[in-house]
Amino acid sequence: MALLEHGRIAGEDQWVAVADDAAVPDGVPVLLSLARWRAERDALDGRNAPVGVRLRSDQTADDVAADLDRLSLVAVEFPKFRDGRGFSVARELRERYGYKGDIRAVGHVIADQHTFLLRCGFTSVVVPDGARLESWIEALDRITVAYQPDMISGEPVSLLRRHLAVRS
Amino acid sequence: MTHLASPNHAGIYKYDELDRRFVMERVEQFRDQVQRRLAGELSEEEFRPLRLMNGLYLQLHAYMLRIAIPYGVLSTAQLRTFAHIARKWDRGYGHFTTRQNLQFHWPRLVDVPDILAELAKVDMHAIQTSGNCVRNVTADQFAGVAPDEVVDPRVYAEILRQFTTLHPEFVYLPRKFKIGMTGAPHDRAAIAIHDVGIAAKRAEDGRIGFEVFVGGGLGRTPFIAVKTRDFVPEEDLLAYLEAVLRTYNRLGRRDNMFKARIKILVHELGAEKFIALVEEEFARLPREKYRLEPEIVEAIRRSYTPPPYEDRPADSLALDREMAGNADFRRWVEVNVGAHKQPGYAVATVSLKPIGETPGDISADQMDAVADLADRFSFGEVRVTHEQNLVLAHIKRDDLFALWQGLDAIGLATPNLGLISDIIACPGLDYCALASARSITIAQDISKRFADLERQRDLGELKIKISGCINACGHHHVGHIGILGVDKKGEEFYQLTIGGSAAEDASLGQILGPAFAYDDVVGAVETLVDVYVKQRQPDERFLDTVRRTGLNPFKEALYGVA
Repeated sequence: MALLEHGRIAGEDQWVAVADDAAVPDGVPVLLSLARWRAERDALDGRNAPVGVRLRSDQTADDVAADLDRLSLVAVEFPKFRDGRGFSVARELRERYGYKGDIRAVGHVIADQHTFLLRCGFTSVVVPDGARLESWIEALDRITVAYQPDMISGEPVSLLRRHLAVRS
Repeated sequence: MTHLASPNHAGIYKYDELDRRFVMERVEQFRDQVQRRLAGELSEEEFRPLRLMNGLYLQLHAYMLRIAIPYGVLSTAQLRTFAHIARKWDRGYGHFTTRQNLQFHWPRLVDVPDILAELAKVDMHAIQTSGNCVRNVTADQFAGVAPDEVVDPRVYAEILRQFTTLHPEFVYLPRKFKIGMTGAPHDRAAIAIHDVGIAAKRAEDGRIGFEVFVGGGLGRTPFIAVKTRDFVPEEDLLAYLEAVLRTYNRLGRRDNMFKARIKILVHELGAEKFIALVEEEFARLPREKYRLEPEIVEAIRRSYTPPPYEDRPADSLALDREMAGNADFRRWVEVNVGAHKQPGYAVATVSLKPIGETPGDISADQMDAVADLADRFSFGEVRVTHEQNLVLAHIKRDDLFALWQGLDAIGLATPNLGLISDIIACPGLDYCALASARSITIAQDISKRFADLERQRDLGELKIKISGCINACGHHHVGHIGILGVDKKGEEFYQLTIGGSAAEDASLGQILGPAFAYDDVVGAVETLVDVYVKQRQPDERFLDTVRRTGLNPFKEALYGVA
């Protein structure tokens, strides 16, 4: 599975997804379910490598809010690309909770959503198997104009706000 | 195309370079998506929402392309482009919808990118006219000209249009999301049946703000929207809408598409709980980031500067003279022409419901002719109403006769605004893959039965709305008389309701009894009308009588004494 970071093709994924009933390996970044993290977070605190949590589509930013300073990655699952809950999860992690770590889209996402993902605060995407990687990169150049504030630009220069610039 | 140079006073948002670039990029993006679909890179499942979000449906016989007309206002150049597209890529006509859009019912998939490119030349598109996203924002068709208007809703409808266009968080909502707006106490935009209905108003100190209603909608489980806020200050409009949409995106049901609209969320949570969740989200949003600065509002407002009206006397002797001398013209003025806030001007509604024709349909030749008339008489602007008619909003009273003659010459001078033949009907089984029964032919038959214009006038305001299936695109729930087509063992049957309204006194109609066979529907409608005529008191509309008497007299006439 290919990994995209900040809209570019990234190197190999360092994160190891650990099943709920498997042992947590030492020395490598591990991605756990929310339930596993909650059950073992005190024991995991002393680890020498980063920990991330994978949220199912019915889990929300609120569910990990208290733990964000201990998590290097929050992976947000898209069961179907048409299920857009993940966009709000990422946006709330950034906007409401000020999360600075990596937010990763996993599951069924398509190239045509790449810009939306980045604009909602995702920083990485696991591209589904079989997808054409070039389409994901090309998708970012298709629409270069945005009408609303987002999570990419620090100062939101939305099309609405440009009316201010025109005036001054 | 050669045509009169249209004066650029239409009350549409004036695109700049970036708006144009955006729409052109969107066209090319869709062209690429079509190619990737044809190459097999996109599955049909993946392509479907992409084409829907560019207005392209697959219907019973062909594709259908739905083009956005923001808050229903067109320049004549845009209307002429519709005519051109209708001739070049479709079958020479178009269809105006209850959401102030235009549909072409026969385009070919391979032509659609070219059609969209043609639209982009006149600052139009089909973005988000379908799909599970925020749809075209609709508004009062008399915006800016109605004497009872408090705030011009177009300004805010445009701001919301921009804010919701490819909003990255809300393109994959649980279900479609419709916003309707008014700025007048008399609601001509049916805001109570929208996912979000907004009434712009002024506080006592003159500040502009918004009364917000959420969770209205028709379909198989109709609801009138509940008020969630009495006054959202202007600067918080975007933040509040963001909070509503985010609450819906997070919590709206995704397990059952028939329960996925926000109305179901509001209903299942209860209004109080829903409002509390929205307020919590709103309170936690970074308000500065979403703040709608007054300077932005003023910049947008410049697009809606009133056209250069002349100073004119309120009354027109010429009009009085022509009305006295021509009964047909007089009838048209009395029924289809309304007051304008500028002295000496009037608002004319062009009925797209000629007796026996398809509600909302218009030929390419008629489009061109209406555009010519709008250039001559109405500052190059044409509007579309949610009741599927057109409006020429700035007619000098002195010009009404010449306008009427022009409309009469193209068969568009039917004097039936708000009367029994001014029917809303969905495309129904003649076009739609979802339909259970025909709607258009029922509308045509009713219209023919009541063809006598004096009889129609005597019956007064009477809104018939017809849907060909339970999805209720024809708004039957809020018809004074509602007609719903159902399929009974392969035969078309029709359920009748009465007492619905989509105006400021919004209500849902009540079912009268067992459904009628196709051939009996018009007779049943006539029976209801006869009961009204017998029961009515002076100045009572059909709806008022139903509300006063209840259903019983109507039931008895239809089904006999129980």
